[in-house]
Amino acid sequence: MKIHEYQAKEVFAEAGIPVPAGKVAANPIEAFEIAEEINRPVMVKAQVHVGGRGKAGGIKYAENAESAKILAQSIIGMDIKGLTVQKALITEAEDIISESYVGIILDRVTKRPVIMVSPAGGIDIEEVAQKTPEKIFKLAVDPVVGLKSYQARNLAFKLFRDINQVRATTNILMQLYDAFWKVDASLVEINPLICNTDAKVIALDAKVNIDDNGLYRQKNIAAMRDLDAEITEEVQAREADLSYVKLDGNIGCMVNGAGLAMATMDLVKRYGGGPANFLDIGGSSNPEKVVAAMRIILSDPNVRAILINIFGGITRCDDVATGIVAAFKELNPSIPVVVRLTGTNEEAAQKILRSVNLPSADTLDNVVKKAIELAGL
Amino acid sequence: MSIFISKKTKLIVQGITGRDGSFHAEQMKKYGTKVVGGVTPGKGGSKVAGIPVFDTVEEAVAKTKANTSVIYVPPPFAVDAIFEAVSAGIKTVICITEGVPANDMMKVYPFVKEHGARLIGPNCPGLISVGQSKVGIMPSTIVKKGGVGVVSRSGTLTYEAIWALTEAGMGQSTCIGIGGDQVIGTNFIDCLEAFQADPATKAIVMIGEIGGSDEEDAAKYIKKYVTKPVVAFIAGQTAPPGKRMGHAGAIIAGGSGTAEDKIVALNKVGVPVAGSPTELPAALKELMKGAKRPAPKKATLKKAATKKTKAKKATVKKVAAKKLAPKKQRGLKKAASPKRTKKAKK
Repeated sequence: MKIHEYQAKEVFAEAGIPVPAGKVAANPIEAFEIAEEINRPVMVKAQVHVGGRGKAGGIKYAENAESAKILAQSIIGMDIKGLTVQKALITEAEDIISESYVGIILDRVTKRPVIMVSPAGGIDIEEVAQKTPEKIFKLAVDPVVGLKSYQARNLAFKLFRDINQVRATTNILMQLYDAFWKVDASLVEINPLICNTDAKVIALDAKVNIDDNGLYRQKNIAAMRDLDAEITEEVQAREADLSYVKLDGNIGCMVNGAGLAMATMDLVKRYGGGPANFLDIGGSSNPEKVVAAMRIILSDPNVRAILINIFGGITRCDDVATGIVAAFKELNPSIPVVVRLTGTNEEAAQKILRSVNLPSADTLDNVVKKAIELAGL
Repeated sequence: MSIFISKKTKLIVQGITGRDGSFHAEQMKKYGTKVVGGVTPGKGGSKVAGIPVFDTVEEAVAKTKANTSVIYVPPPFAVDAIFEAVSAGIKTVICITEGVPANDMMKVYPFVKEHGARLIGPNCPGLISVGQSKVGIMPSTIVKKGGVGVVSRSGTLTYEAIWALTEAGMGQSTCIGIGGDQVIGTNFIDCLEAFQADPATKAIVMIGEIGGSDEEDAAKYIKKYVTKPVVAFIAGQTAPPGKRMGHAGAIIAGGSGTAEDKIVALNKVGVPVAGSPTELPAALKELMKGAKRPAPKKATLKKAATKKTKAKKATVKKVAAKKLAPKKQRGLKKAASPKRTKKAKK
């Protein structure tokens, strides 16, 4: 799960990391009030779950509260890479002397948190990694021992020479590492970490991604979820305990298992169609889930045919068939639906499906081809 | 022979009184797995499907001499269950549970290693050593005894591949699902190493997906150490970047972990990547015609990687023989495009 910059800064502030004063505004009047309270020049920063906000014109400098209000007017509601800006962070502007990068990611290969620092901050770290990899310094931390001060200090020396700034950065690294664990993060990032004209080291930006598997014990973080910033169908799918990702093709897919769902999408493309979505109904074959899945797929106006591909192992085909029949009664789809049910209780499923008389196929490849054919692609 | 589990496997089921635990304990027992006990704190002394239940893993191990454990407990308790099993001396732990926080996995993994134990999963379907033992949730009806080792990051996609092999008359030695999470106990390389060493395994099917670099690392390993034929399938070619595709680990992050990267890496080392899971048996048959996958030498591989150099430098006869594998790959890759397939069928 992604959280916004202003929320990530709340996480940082709680961990003791210095961040500029600021608050989030939902409209120009709030922006004016916050800027007036700060009583110094401010930055107006669009809060959207996408990178490159600055380039898109979503980050602007305002000399005073009046100007902050005008800028907020243009930024709130603007479109950045397909996402509408709902809120803006109004935050104290800093006079920057240097910009660095500091981040911690969960590294799958070492199975450890890896700290990355770079004196080349303020730009996309992937770009730095590609063009000047020698400017990135990494440390895989032993998760049992934890991060030791000397390790953090060694990294801090890669960014600063002044001992006070090194000490400040050491603290920030220690606090960031603690925050990483505390909130079940899969990524925490400060880009840039700046040194201002008062020689203070400050986190000017903040990015925190949370491991979805940790959300059950992160109530405060889970409450930060911004439903407005997410695709409606994906929110509905999560509520129905379905795994769904919207795509831009026109063959709706309903599959059991994430790997098979991806493979089914790939075959749709291979045989000349385009998948409209990724959808995994999961292992337990609750008929209600099938109805919910069908409803979500049908709500996408691009969908011209639906293919249902179930390999019954733990999932029982008869349960899925019951769900399909219920979905037809309730939703009465006007587009073709092709079904392939194989495995556990397959025969029982065929009997149940007789009442709706759907086109079916015997193999993975054939169900995909048939769906494309019926969609008239 | 087989890998990781066999007739000698004596299994305990952690979370045996739960809905999933009790159902699958019975299924595993029916298959012939020696399920010697179960563990649910507070339910000690009872029985599930005739299997004795204990309060602690320590007690279960003491009374049953179990050497393997399978975990069905919910995510908040799964990592504790792994610690408990390993502490009690269990050397093979299979964690089926989906939704275990990655941070917890980072802490338990070094503990498992220190104790010389093997963890498979979490978020995996477990494994079947055909005709010997089944641990986990794979449907036993789809397997057939034979010489193909199957390793996969997925569940139902694996079943699809196994079923295709079985239908094509190609039985399996061991089928293993290593799990779809970011931090897993056993990766492709561990399985490849075991399959290479297992005399019952004659060929290997590897099913990967987007996210991470496990497939790329496996390719490097195959180049160095695997002489048995390997074919692969990679899911997620149409997956958009930055989106988690069901599995916690199936995500293209920062431009890395794409299906294309993985396919290229595997092709480079002579591993054909099938266009559909149903085409895996044919790909494997084709590859096995040439018996052993040629153990590639560094120089040969470099040539195979770039067409031009290869054409220019094709001189020595020995080299010509070794080119066979890369040629086949290219044929397969072409067959993967829709036009070719249609023609072939006509």
